[in-house]
Amino acid sequence: MKVVVIGNGMVGYKFCEKLVAKFEPGTYSLTVFGEEPRPAYDRVHLSEFFSGKSADDLLMAPANWYADNNIILHTSDPVKEINREQKTILSHKGLTVEYDYLVLATGSAAFVPPIPGVDKQGVFLYRTIEDLEMMTAHASKAKRGAVIGGGLLGLEAAKAMIDLGVTDTHVIEFAPRLMPRQIDDSGSKILQSKLETLGLTIFTNKNTSCITGDESITGMQFSDGTSIDVDMLVISAGIKPRDELAKAAGLETGPRGGIVVNEKMQTTDETIFAIGECALFNGMIYGLVAPGYEMADVVVATLSAAEKAFAGFDMSTKLKLIGVDVASFGDPFVPAADCRTVVFEDTMKGVYKRINISTDGKYLLGGVLIGDAAAYNMLLQTTKNKVALPENPEDILLGSRGGDAPQGAGVAGLPADAVICSCEGITKGAICSAVEAGNETLDSIKKCTKAATCCGGCAPMVKDIITYTLKSQGKYIRNVVCEHFNYSRQELYYLIKIKKIKSYDDVLDELGHGDGCEVCKPVVASILASLWNEMILVKGNDTAQDSNDRYLANIQKGGTYSVVPRIPGGEITPEKLIVIGEVAKKYNLYTKITGGQRIDLFGAHVSDLPAIWEELIAAGFESGHAYGKALRTVKSCVGSTWCRFGLHDSVSFAIQIEERYRGLRAPHKIKSAVSGCIRECAEAQSKDFGIIATERGWNLYVGGNGGSKPQHAILLAADLDSETCIKYIDRFLMFYIKTADPLTRTATWLNKLEGGMDYLRNVVINDSLGINAELEAEMQSLVDNYKCEWKEVVDNPELRKRFNHFVNAPEEKDPSIQFEMMRDQKKAAGW
Amino acid sequence: MSSTTTLTEVHWFFACKTDDVPLNGGVCVKYKEEQIALFHFSRREEWYATQNMCPHKHQMALSRGMIGTQNGEPKVACPFHKKTFSLEDGRCLSDEAECSLKTYPVKVEENRVYIGFYGGFDKLSLTTV
Repeated sequence: MKVVVIGNGMVGYKFCEKLVAKFEPGTYSLTVFGEEPRPAYDRVHLSEFFSGKSADDLLMAPANWYADNNIILHTSDPVKEINREQKTILSHKGLTVEYDYLVLATGSAAFVPPIPGVDKQGVFLYRTIEDLEMMTAHASKAKRGAVIGGGLLGLEAAKAMIDLGVTDTHVIEFAPRLMPRQIDDSGSKILQSKLETLGLTIFTNKNTSCITGDESITGMQFSDGTSIDVDMLVISAGIKPRDELAKAAGLETGPRGGIVVNEKMQTTDETIFAIGECALFNGMIYGLVAPGYEMADVVVATLSAAEKAFAGFDMSTKLKLIGVDVASFGDPFVPAADCRTVVFEDTMKGVYKRINISTDGKYLLGGVLIGDAAAYNMLLQTTKNKVALPENPEDILLGSRGGDAPQGAGVAGLPADAVICSCEGITKGAICSAVEAGNETLDSIKKCTKAATCCGGCAPMVKDIITYTLKSQGKYIRNVVCEHFNYSRQELYYLIKIKKIKSYDDVLDELGHGDGCEVCKPVVASILASLWNEMILVKGNDTAQDSNDRYLANIQKGGTYSVVPRIPGGEITPEKLIVIGEVAKKYNLYTKITGGQRIDLFGAHVSDLPAIWEELIAAGFESGHAYGKALRTVKSCVGSTWCRFGLHDSVSFAIQIEERYRGLRAPHKIKSAVSGCIRECAEAQSKDFGIIATERGWNLYVGGNGGSKPQHAILLAADLDSETCIKYIDRFLMFYIKTADPLTRTATWLNKLEGGMDYLRNVVINDSLGINAELEAEMQSLVDNYKCEWKEVVDNPELRKRFNHFVNAPEEKDPSIQFEMMRDQKKAAGW
Repeated sequence: MSSTTTLTEVHWFFACKTDDVPLNGGVCVKYKEEQIALFHFSRREEWYATQNMCPHKHQMALSRGMIGTQNGEPKVACPFHKKTFSLEDGRCLSDEAECSLKTYPVKVEENRVYIGFYGGFDKLSLTTV
């Protein structure tokens, strides 16, 4: 079988790849003609050429791939003529090659509108690597640029101009809005305002009447009489299929271009096929890579006498335009009469989401996402597979709010034939079988199925399917810390404990590999602190701490720090209040009462921190650990000492609790409160552990938090005496510290804990695991080892030295720090 | 973006002593009106220098960031929002759309650390032509 391919673009290449994979070597000959000097390259990621990728990086396969697979590739040699009677083609360089089957993958060319002056210097197309090279050469002299065309490619071209240093760039769109074919009016408006904040000037409803200048472009005039000065212009006003060769050979073409094909991609000559952007199927040109690949697959199937037909293709797309997510899926423009729509719009953040739902509320028909397209894959699959929507369809856009309703069925609800990777046409079933065959990581799935190797948009969903498949096989899913540690946090905690390791570097040497990162460093540093409670800035552990822990203060906007001294239970003497005021005045700090009944001092230079601490310590203060994943504060109401309703002395108990657990490091911050009666003025039920006085003692609640997902704490035990209450807290906190994943608050930990509150109660109260004596002893050793970290820095000249901004000018402060005044105090200057 | 820039002599600026820099960490060096983040990746016995300003929110903070590797490539994470940047070529590893950092050569001689500056140009503008 002799096969000739005309065109060596992405689709032409993909055809070769699929043919080579399908047929035994020696059963065919394959000859490819390409007009560009390079073998096929990745046109989708063309703009990465400007962010440092070389032309070779973009190649679909290296030049020797063709020879290695016995493919004869002629580059820089366009085909001139097809002779259908003789079944030969004639190339520009004069080669005549015979074929049994001919595949036209001639692609498309940029559509250049007939505007006077398009031939001037400084006017470019955005299509090939050569176009990009010419743009690069010209851009070094250009100051103001413009792009004709506010579609997908036009906006890509605008980004390319910015990358080339032409920061004053205009986008000129004929239609009333940007990306008119993909997104709706409101979505376009959000996209436009977002792009304008990034520095682009955007004109819509603008028709260019002529390009001015002598030899080189100097400006553009528009039909509304306005004009702008530009010295560089890129035209990206659409594409036209390359059908001239087919037309000359007498094959049927469409009135507006395109080679007419049937469902087997055959042209009006059944031995000649057309695929990709030159093919016209059912009156439609498919200008995306994924359908082109599907067409290539259909032709290979047909050649191998298999039954496969092209049945149109979903044109959903997701991309990042100059950092802004843009996606449309299914039918984004269903007429209002045929659907119900749910729209979410946040003009502050530049987010717009619209979904179209069938009138019976059962199915998703399509939609548009701007600014945040995280839900794209799930929404696309829900649309394509007609997955039934939840009772409140808006939940799939906004998440479930209140109630216990699950957020849709996730990947589990998709049928096996759901296409997950539309570029390569890989189904959920294929990925599941690959996982079952032992390919359990994203990398190995990529290698064996090719899923997620083209645009990569489906990668998160592929990961979900891997996890889902492993789980359904009953495999244990470990949440490993990062690429340097193949252990979960819980496993690391036990291993470090058994091996008695005390420094991050030793942990990495003994239990990990490589050189660490910002994920595993704070996790290990926190485990070390939870186990041994040693000073966190010694033994080389300083640089393994998260930045706030490393400086024992909270970094704030502008690069200054805030300082929170511990005020246990929120009780403070007038003398100490005066000291805080004096320190704040001396170091020019902004003061504010925190939500945790403490006082925060903002705007401290890093080099002032030790001196500030020294003065606070001299007055009897210590670190409040506001910077750490540690116990923060134990709030209290005034309790029985003053309050006429108070049952017990909540302030004294809060102080006792706060001083017991101060400095305790954990997977996340821990907050607490004690209320003196059921009126709950200290809001103890919104805390990781909260205590409320009863007639007969204390009620202990655990697993609450405020924050973005508020959750009330649940009653662990009722009517406890103080000693038992503390014992239960010891056990609860140690059990949490030992078993939680990194950065997981107690509420989330408890939600995920199998068996939930009943299980926890069994462990903490009934000692079902037989570990309570151990938990209590571990907590007691942490309590006994407590020292104030600030004091250790203040007293240690070596540690103090690290608190300078400039290593080579220790007396100088960061000159870039700026403040503004507001209500008689300073505030950080804006970002 | 022209390729005609001639390579001028590297000017080596004395930054500090080796033990002024914490192991596997960074410090900020003042060079004229500029702030340079200098890192001692002691696990790998490597030194790196980049601009101190994180391009994301223009904060002078990178010298206080954690360093580490991603697939073997050394990187630094900004303390503010944890954007990560390659210490080798300065490109942002966590967000393709983010700007790159300037990087500078470093040499160590007899426990003295020097950062290299090209007369009027930095390394980045020379290597991307």
